[in-house]
Amino acid sequence: MTLTAADKALVVALWGKISGQTEALGAEALFRLFTCFGQSKTYFSHFDLSQGSADLKRHGAKVLGALGEAASHLDNLPQALSKLSDLHAYNLRVDPANFQLLSHSIQVTLAAHFPADFTPEAQSAWDKFISAVSGVLTSKYR
Amino acid sequence: MVLSAADATHVHTVLDHVKGHEDTYGAEALNRTFTSHPQTKTYFHGKDLAENSAYLHSHGKKVMSALVNASAHCDNIYGALDKLSDMHAHELMVDPANFPILAHNILVTLAIHLPQVLTPACHVSLDKFLCEVGDALTHKYR
Repeated sequence: MTLTAADKALVVALWGKISGQTEALGAEALFRLFTCFGQSKTYFSHFDLSQGSADLKRHGAKVLGALGEAASHLDNLPQALSKLSDLHAYNLRVDPANFQLLSHSIQVTLAAHFPADFTPEAQSAWDKFISAVSGVLTSKYR
Repeated sequence: MVLSAADATHVHTVLDHVKGHEDTYGAEALNRTFTSHPQTKTYFHGKDLAENSAYLHSHGKKVMSALVNASAHCDNIYGALDKLSDMHAHELMVDPANFPILAHNILVTLAIHLPQVLTPACHVSLDKFLCEVGDALTHKYR
């Protein structure tokens, strides 16, 4: 997955607007994920997954925060995400299929909150970006 | 895929807001599909796929109108889409992998224009509905 200069600019620009609301946006993306794709809840038996729960807000902020971290290291994602990659490979072992489901849920959330910014070009850039991040997080599974 | 009564209600709620905007929303959903997943353009050789082209509007209107019509028959989507199903099986032969891609882009488009309407509950119902539509259009392929 190669992000063009234009893609990178779009990722960074939208991240600027997201960074102040990672809790609310992250919680919503996760809630949409769990609502639409019940199988994804299998990894969260220890969480309160009700809408707006403290668990969802805290974890949502973590997930979007990691994307933000990735957004400032677009030229070296494998290194920037190395620890998270280890975590997913040896600890969490989230089935790779779930990354696409989460990507969809994040994109719908962004579309709902940033209709003017989430242009088709921005959507494409974020789709590629999240895809690249997902690729790194699942790269050490085998 | 079984659509509950609640799902049908949610689908009607959302698609009622699409009525009158079939061409705009349809054109946008198609444009987002072609932008994020350029391989989907393979089925549209020779067509003007530029954003807001007349073709995108007319084809987008066709697609969204078919969805609005199908939504009136949530308990018999296969029956409602029988003719379109024949067309896809014997003429168009759009690879089944493309239906989830289009569904994703329809949902993003609806989130852009109807953020308050596409609640998580409506989101899952519409996702189920679009899955069922995809199945209905591809079930005669073999």
